[in-house]
This record gives sequence, C-alpha cells and structure tokens, in this order.
Amino acid sequence: MSELSKKTRKNSLDKEKMIELLKRMLLYRRFEEKAGESYAIGKIGGFCHLHIGQEAVAAGCIAPLRKEDYVIGTYREHTQALAKGVAPEAVMAELYGKAPGTSGGLGGSMHIFGSDVGFMGGHGIVGGQLALALGIAWGIHYRGGDQVCVCFLGDAAVNQGAFHESLNMAAIWNLPVIYAVENNAYGMGTKFSRVSETEMSQKSASHGVPARIIDGQDVVSTYTDFTEIVEEVRQGAGPQFVDVQCYRFKGHSMSDPVSGTYRSKKEVEDKTENADPITTLADQMFDSALLTPEELKEMDMEAREIIRRAEAFAESAPEPDTKSLYDNVYSEINPNGRLFFDGRVI
Amino acid sequence: MAEITYRDALNQALVEEMERDESVFLLGEEVAEYDGAYKVSKGLLERFGDKRVVDTPISELGFTGLGVGAAMVGLRPVVEFMTFNFSFLAIDQLINSAAKMGSMSGGQVTAPMVLRGPSGAALQLGSQHSQACEAWYLHAPGLKVVTPGTPADAKGLLKTAIRDNDPVVFMESELLYNLKGEVPDGEEFLIPLGVADLKREGGDVSIITHGQMIHVALRAADQLAKKGLEADVLDLRSLRPLDVESILESVAKTNRAVCLEEGWSYGGVGAQVTSILMEEAFDDLDAPVLRVTQADVPMPYNKRLEAWAKPNVARLVEACEKVCYV
Ligand SMILES: Cc1ncc(C[n+]2csc(CCOP(=O)(O)OP(=O)(O)O)c2C)c(N)n1
Ligand SMILES: [Mg+2]
Repeated sequence: MSELSKKTRKNSLDKEKMIELLKRMLLYRRFEEKAGESYAIGKIGGFCHLHIGQEAVAAGCIAPLRKEDYVIGTYREHTQALAKGVAPEAVMAELYGKAPGTSGGLGGSMHIFGSDVGFMGGHGIVGGQLALALGIAWGIHYRGGDQVCVCFLGDAAVNQGAFHESLNMAAIWNLPVIYAVENNAYGMGTKFSRVSETEMSQKSASHGVPARIIDGQDVVSTYTDFTEIVEEVRQGAGPQFVDVQCYRFKGHSMSDPVSGTYRSKKEVEDKTENADPITTLADQMFDSALLTPEELKEMDMEAREIIRRAEAFAESAPEPDTKSLYDNVYSEINPNGRLFFDGRVI
Repeated sequence: MAEITYRDALNQALVEEMERDESVFLLGEEVAEYDGAYKVSKGLLERFGDKRVVDTPISELGFTGLGVGAAMVGLRPVVEFMTFNFSFLAIDQLINSAAKMGSMSGGQVTAPMVLRGPSGAALQLGSQHSQACEAWYLHAPGLKVVTPGTPADAKGLLKTAIRDNDPVVFMESELLYNLKGEVPDGEEFLIPLGVADLKREGGDVSIITHGQMIHVALRAADQLAKKGLEADVLDLRSLRPLDVESILESVAKTNRAVCLEEGWSYGGVGAQVTSILMEEAFDDLDAPVLRVTQADVPMPYNKRLEAWAKPNVARLVEACEKVCYV
C-alpha cells in the first residue's frame, strides 16, 4: 500500500463506519481491562493474554468479513471472538470458567470458540492454528464457496515449520486464506529482530504468497486495506500474507510485567501516548468534526455498561457440572467397548 | 464373499465410502498419481479426481493440520501417513488439535477424520522405519485407535472408522498388505469399533493381542495345542474403544493371560490390559499376567538381532507355558 493510496481511502471512509470502528475498539479495550481486573482478584485463572493496544487489528481486520467467513487465532483472541460476533457474556463466562461460557468453562482464555459465527477458536500452540486454517480454507475450496479464512498469528509464529508448510500448501492450491501477522514486535520477551535474519514482509516470498504491510495502530487504514484484501481473496486471488504492525501495551500475559528487561518503560510509554489506536481514531474524528468529546464519552459509557453486564453475568453464572467433563471428549460414544479408563465414578 | 488381499480390502473400503459420502476425501504423500506408497489408493485418482485424492508435499504437520481443519468445517478427511513413523512430525496436530477439539470447544467443533497408514516393523528397515506406534496415540483421550489384522477387518473397520464422528487412528501393517482372506460383500459390511474377535477358542490360557501380532499368536496356539495346551486368541481389533468385556470373559474361563504386542513394554497396550485384569479380574487369576513385547531397544538392522528383538512365537509359547505352570 502506498502512503498516498492509504490517505485517499482514509478520507473515503464514512462517518458511520468510523463510529462503528470506534465503538468496537472501545468495547474491546473495556473488555480486556475488565479481564485484567478480574484476573488480579483471582476470578480468572491460568494464562491470560490481553490484546490491549492491538484493538485496531481485531476491529480493522474482522469488520470487513461476513458472518460465513472464518477467523482462527491464537491464545490472544478474546477481542477477535467479540469482533466476529461472539457475545461478551459468553466470552467473559468462559474466562470465569463457568457453565454458560463458550466452551462450558472447559476451554478458558486461550480456547474461545464461536463456530456459529465462524470463530474457529483460540489455539495455544504457537503455529498450530496455521495448519488448521489451511484445512478450513480447503473446506471452502472443496465446496466451491466464496468465503475467506483469516488466520491470525503472532510475529514469533513465522519461525515455526507449520507456518511454512501452511503457506506452501495454500499457495499450490490457491486457497482463500489471509495470514494476518499481529506483528507486535515481540514473542514474549524476544524481539523479532533477534530471532529472524529477514524482515517480516519477506517471510512469504519463497512461497509466492504476496505480502503487504499494514499500520495496525491505525484502524482506518487497517480496515480499508483489509477490506480490499478480503475482496481480492474472495474473488480468487489466493493466499495473502499481511504484516499488521502493532504494539502490545501490556505484558505478554497477566503474569508478565508491562516493561522489563526486554523492552524499556520509555518505549512502552511512547507507544501508549502516541500510538493508542482509540485515541488516534478519536483525534482524527475530532479534527474533521465528526465527533465531539461528549459523544466519545457517551460511547465509552455504553461500552463499559455492556462489559459490566458481561462481568455480572459471568460472576453469577453457575459452575459446570463435573459430569460435563466427559461430554465432549468424544462426540460419539460407541455402543461397544470402553473409551475411558480412569475408573472414576461420578 | 470373495478372497482378496488386505490392500484391496482397504481400497474397496475407501472407494465405497467415497462413493457414499461426498465429504470424504483422501490426502497424503504419493496417494494420487503414484497410487499410494503401498498401492492402497490404486485407481482412486482416476475415479474421484484430484480434489478428492490429493497428493501433498512432504509436510506431515501441515497436511495433518489441513485434515483437522477440514474436519472442523464438516468434511471427513482420510489422511494417509506413508508410515506411522512419520506421524511423529504431526503429533502436535493429533494430540493438541484433533484429540482436544471437542472438549476445548465445548462440543462446538469436532474432528471426524481417519489417520491411516502402516505401523510396526517390516523387515530390516532399521530403527526409524520399524516401530509400533499405537501406544503414543492410545495415551490421549479424544482419539480412537484401531488395528485390523485381517482383510475382512481391514475393510469393515475402515468403513466404520470413516463414518465415526471422532478422529480415528487406523494402523495397518506393511507385512499384511499382501495377506489374502475372505471378505464379505456388500456396502454395509461394517465392523463396529470396540468389539474384539475371538480368533481361536481354547480353555487353558488367554492370549490377548491385536494387529499383525494375531498371526504370531495363532501360530503359537498351534504349537501349544501340540503340547496339550489350548489357548484363547483374542484379537482386540480396536484398542480404544477397548472390548473389556471380552477380555474379562476369556480370562474368567482360562484364569491365565498373556498379552502380546509388537511395541515396547513400558506404557504399552499390555500394560493397560494387565492393569484392567488386576483391577477387575483379580479373583479370576491363577497366575501373574505376563507380557510379550519388543525388546527395549530401537529396532536393529541386523537380521538375526532384529528377529531376536521382535516378539515371536517361541517367546509367546514360553510365556503361555509359564502362566500354566508347565
Ligand atoms: C509451540 C509453542 N512453543 C512455546 C509456547 C509458549 N509461548 C506462548 S506465547 C509465546 C510467544 C509467542 O509470540 P508471538 O507469536 O509473537 O505472539 P504474541 O504473544 O506476541 O501475540 C510463547 C513462546 C507455545 N505456546 N507454543
Ligand atoms: Mg508477538
């Protein structure tokens, strides 16, 4: 994308769409802040990876999709699930490990699913979802549909074999999959440049998969660029690789400090002050008189209220039954033979 | 009823199930243009085209993940491993994706698929190409594991595995592909998972085994008979689900059991069966349960040492005599 084409499209985005993107990002930010709070007081357990700072990626890459399109992601997927249309109550209840959670409380933060809206899960093995995305895209191709599959991955995942196997096969079969790297520059505490000799945008070249760079802190350009990419893929352009450059404002997970030995406090402060995707959009809209501070405040109150209700729902939701543990290990219990050997009686 | 090879029985199962259900497709290395490394998929490309019979690059992790992903959106892939030795490159997708999908998604997403190919030793292929792999996959709830030992079982079980709604690890054997046997006709010839087959009936000792080893067990039973000992030879056929009832029934009759398997002993199939017998048939037992397995070494190339390392008729006969105190 040239700077110029980015600007023209930026201006062409209408007010309504900008407001929608702003509302989405506010919702995602407030959701993750609440998750962080609940984690701190022990309501949420395990690993919990927040998306704070990267909201423009969820909003900008997923808003251009249709319901029938697929999204698959990593363990940093709460807001992507919301973006694809999973209810905040169900996601929060899953984080709380409760029965009405998306996986009945058995999945947790890293495994949010919403198959009815095409959200094919959060996956916890770095690179694992890349191979699954290939199969989802194969399914579209097999049935001759015009959906697309967006596969999110972190920058660190491009060093996995699964990345290269997936891109190669997607390329030889021209599958409708968009590899969207949430390039937040770090895999845990490892800066990308320390573990890769080449730039991110070169990673797909040997597979013949076209690469693009998107400013993932700017939701308007992310949305406009992604809309274009999605349409191309829908029309048969085959797999695409997108380096969505973004920044994580919080630690890798809840147990990780925001800054530390691997990145300076100053670096994080600079980014939070100058590259917050929500402030960036709000400022753009203030400048063009498309938004007033009062309206922003109102939208924020609305987002907070939705999250408050989601949290209240999760808090009061029942715990899953012990019996439910065994319900979905197999989807078919064969009439003959034994499948479980633990000898436990419930 | 026709006499056909184990290979052709598998081929028939694939053809029939692909004819019956459009969502079934086969993918793997050399399955299409080359007709399969062991010719199991002979003629399928011509019949079904390259969308349903798919040659993949040598990327086990990637194409197994493709299978799981396709199953997640409603297809029924049959993934062929050239041999199960190479499935270890894909074990992440088997254990972390396929086996856990139903549970971690709260039943929203499942992975109905078959992962098939030969497992176990052939002849003098050395350590990386000679190993029984069932124990690796039996360990994980969420997977089903099936090991046909005859042409009829190969066909009937593969058809059932393809129709099953969970990921089924289906282990064939290089040494069996040319084996001939009677196979019932008819598209609805299905053998349910979780039903063992009593291959030979005797009253003195139960030989509990599966897969290729049933033929070792039957030869041992012949020798034992000459020595006056009659053995039950129980072919488990499917290891998960496991036909515990038939195991207990046989041991209730014989009061003695020897588990025979091709793989290593630590954490193997026999270890599980022995544990079940301790827990559920303790009062029936007149002797400790013994196991006959591969030696605890990587499979050697040297012909004599390879034969020594494998479980064989002589070792099985000796173990049976020992539990019968003769
Ligand atoms: C195969 C594998 N190895 C290691 C880990 C532990 N781990 C979890 S996240 C992570 C860093 C991944 O970074 P990146 O892909 O950049 O994604 P980000 O967390 O920045 O979103 C690591 C090493 C894992 N989950 N899976
Ligand atoms: Mg990263």
